[in-house]
Amino acid sequence: MSNTVGMKKDSAAKIMTSIKSSSLSILRIIREQHIWVFLFICMVVFSLASPYFFTLNNIGNVLTQGSFIGFLAVGMTLVMLNGEIDLSVGATLALSSALAIGLQESIGIWPAILVALLSGAFFGFINGALVALSGIHSFIITLGSLMGIRGIVFIFTGEEALMTSDYSYTEYPEIYIGPVSLTAMIFFGFALFFQWILSKTRHGLETYAVGDNEKSAHEAGIRVRRHKVINFTLCGLLAGVAGVLLSMRLGTAEPNAARIWELWTIIAVVLGGTRLTGGYGSMWKTVGGVITLAALLNGLRLLNTPNYIELIVMGTVLVLALILDKTLTSSQSR
Amino acid sequence: MNEIVLTADSILKKFPGVIALNGVSFDIRAGEVHALMGENGAGKSTLMKVLSGIYNPDEGAIHHRGKKVIVKTPKEARELGILLVHQELSLSPELSAAENIYLGDWPTNWFGIVNKRKMNAAAKTALDELGCNFGPEVLVRNLSIAKQQMVEIARTLVFNANVVIFDEPTGTLTTTEKDQLFEVVRSLRKKGVAIVYISHKMDEIFEIADRITVLRDGEVQCTVNTCESTIGEITNRMIGRDLDQYFHRAKSEIGNQLLSVNKLTIRGFFKDVSFSVRSGEVVGLYGLIGAGRSEVAETLFGVRRQDSGEIIFNKQKVSFSSPKQAIEKGMALVPEDRKSQGLILGMGGRHNMTLPHLSLYSNMGVPNVENELQIFEDYKTKLEIKTTGPEQMLSDLSGGNQQKLVLAKWLCANPKLIILDEPTRGVDVGSKSAIHQYIATLAEQGLAVIVISSEMPEVIGVSHRILTMAEGRLVGEYTGKEMTEENLIAAVSGLTTA
Repeated sequence: MSNTVGMKKDSAAKIMTSIKSSSLSILRIIREQHIWVFLFICMVVFSLASPYFFTLNNIGNVLTQGSFIGFLAVGMTLVMLNGEIDLSVGATLALSSALAIGLQESIGIWPAILVALLSGAFFGFINGALVALSGIHSFIITLGSLMGIRGIVFIFTGEEALMTSDYSYTEYPEIYIGPVSLTAMIFFGFALFFQWILSKTRHGLETYAVGDNEKSAHEAGIRVRRHKVINFTLCGLLAGVAGVLLSMRLGTAEPNAARIWELWTIIAVVLGGTRLTGGYGSMWKTVGGVITLAALLNGLRLLNTPNYIELIVMGTVLVLALILDKTLTSSQSR
Repeated sequence: MNEIVLTADSILKKFPGVIALNGVSFDIRAGEVHALMGENGAGKSTLMKVLSGIYNPDEGAIHHRGKKVIVKTPKEARELGILLVHQELSLSPELSAAENIYLGDWPTNWFGIVNKRKMNAAAKTALDELGCNFGPEVLVRNLSIAKQQMVEIARTLVFNANVVIFDEPTGTLTTTEKDQLFEVVRSLRKKGVAIVYISHKMDEIFEIADRITVLRDGEVQCTVNTCESTIGEITNRMIGRDLDQYFHRAKSEIGNQLLSVNKLTIRGFFKDVSFSVRSGEVVGLYGLIGAGRSEVAETLFGVRRQDSGEIIFNKQKVSFSSPKQAIEKGMALVPEDRKSQGLILGMGGRHNMTLPHLSLYSNMGVPNVENELQIFEDYKTKLEIKTTGPEQMLSDLSGGNQQKLVLAKWLCANPKLIILDEPTRGVDVGSKSAIHQYIATLAEQGLAVIVISSEMPEVIGVSHRILTMAEGRLVGEYTGKEMTEENLIAAVSGLTTA
């Protein structure tokens, strides 16, 4: 008799511990991916506040609107994991969008797109090479290229907005699966692809190693500079992709396009939980950060919030999210 | 006699202002533990960094298995089978144990995809061989220091090292962890690996080493078989000079009790620390790194808050909640790491000196430049600081002169008690002597001085009385003739070997 009772107690204890451990692992996931919790809260709040928010159409809108910052954020994540930063992404986006539209009459649409993408990759490469070779902090280098590239945009456009003469150009990205646009699909594709690169390939894992502890990475024989150049180039290329898709969506290219988008990009990445100083983070976090940012903007606009209130809310949210991140990580280390 | 695996032949390495290694020759045989001993700054770590490719020598050659080799990078050293287990562990905390073990040489297919399964399996074999109870996929930031060290040692297994260099591996380990480490070292030796073992701890060296080489001021003093030597001989070789002539003990009149500490405790750092200091007295606080010395000093100074115990300073019971209060009451702490804690290297000497006590030199919040300049010139002469002027940036000064400036900075607040944490670390011999002399002058002027140091000759040379700490406890007190190297070693290692 007593034996069976003991066994029952035993199995009950086992179940209890398994419940405990599974709830612990859920807690851990929430800690590591807190941005999704944050997004969920935002969604609930806006759904209650506005009947238009939680509709299929609007969700699709949020995803498409978020994708442009999203491309930049994917590139920024690579660079940031490496322990660097790229402030020139907004200017690079403007340049490639101007090239894609400005060149299409003289060399045709597809060659113009190719040139636009290559210009992004080219300036990314230049950024990376300068950072790797000079040893100057990327904040300074890319601050310089931000201004320089923006200058090139103004020269190229003659300080005026360029317009496409071929209206079919704006119809290229008008492909949808349900509410999800082609632009959003490309964004998710890139995020997925680079998450795979980060978690599976040598380049990806060494990117973490370099950002985490550059000295030990160097002493272990990892080619620190090469990884940085590759990541900056990828970041530039992704800005190019965003520029081309934006020019398709708008049909125009303004010289002032994507001003301070580099800041929104950094906000999205950091909001996601990727560490500003490198070595920790992932594309999942960045995707979460991007969507949260887009949902916030969209929700506030649906509620007809004035522009300056919008900025105040966004600023507050960013600081709150980072405080949350800080408390979660410090409670974890205890 | 086993085969000689690695030879360093007349290695010369200069740094700005110092000759770190002056014609050092050294060899390591397969299957032996060769200890490298010397005071701080004797050149041990520099030599090891030359052998493992982190530094390149200015002159001299390295031979590996009889062939002359040029080791330019750590990677080239690794390819030869020379691996360094760092003093301050240098792993990537956000990567897994396996990823750290294979750092720089992850197994990939031709597509660049890392074969994690293969890597984890191989890492697990290595970790199991070392008797580790954690898996290869655990993140390094979740591992204790001792386990992180095992990860570094596992690196030497997977890269099939034939020379393994341990740079002060037991500095922060507990006794059991140390025993486990020694097991591993012995099994490596059995496999025929040549091991270089750097340590300050005499008892450990005599426990594990087959041969001992002593370095002093960048030169080899001797290489002996451990069984034919004694702790006394090695100590003499390390110091190599008559202490009484070299150091300056203050000939001061010991005054009233100025500081009294009663059962001071911070959980996890130190426990029940009680002692007192009188004015005009120089008290040495000796212990190995991690013994809790600096933490005690920081608690006195208000950087840390004690869990229990009381501090009586200048007949008042005090509990400073910030260094500012401590400074106002007449206490000064010259920190161990002057670059991060003591000086602003981008500023000149004048600003650095008066920065913490600008109120003393200011009218209505505006610093009085003439006063400042006068103070600067004053201490420049007193301490023989070599600088081109009050505005020369400190980053252009040598370590010794920087250290003198830190000292000056705290002295111009006219403290009653000054705590010096490792006052001569990384300082050249000439400046050392000037600093020691000045410590004596201070005590003779009636200040109470606490000198924290891991250099035995220094503590013995300057102190009237020495307190020893080990593993967070005060374990001994010595005065006069009792202040010998043997006693101090016995005191601080008594606990670690027991």
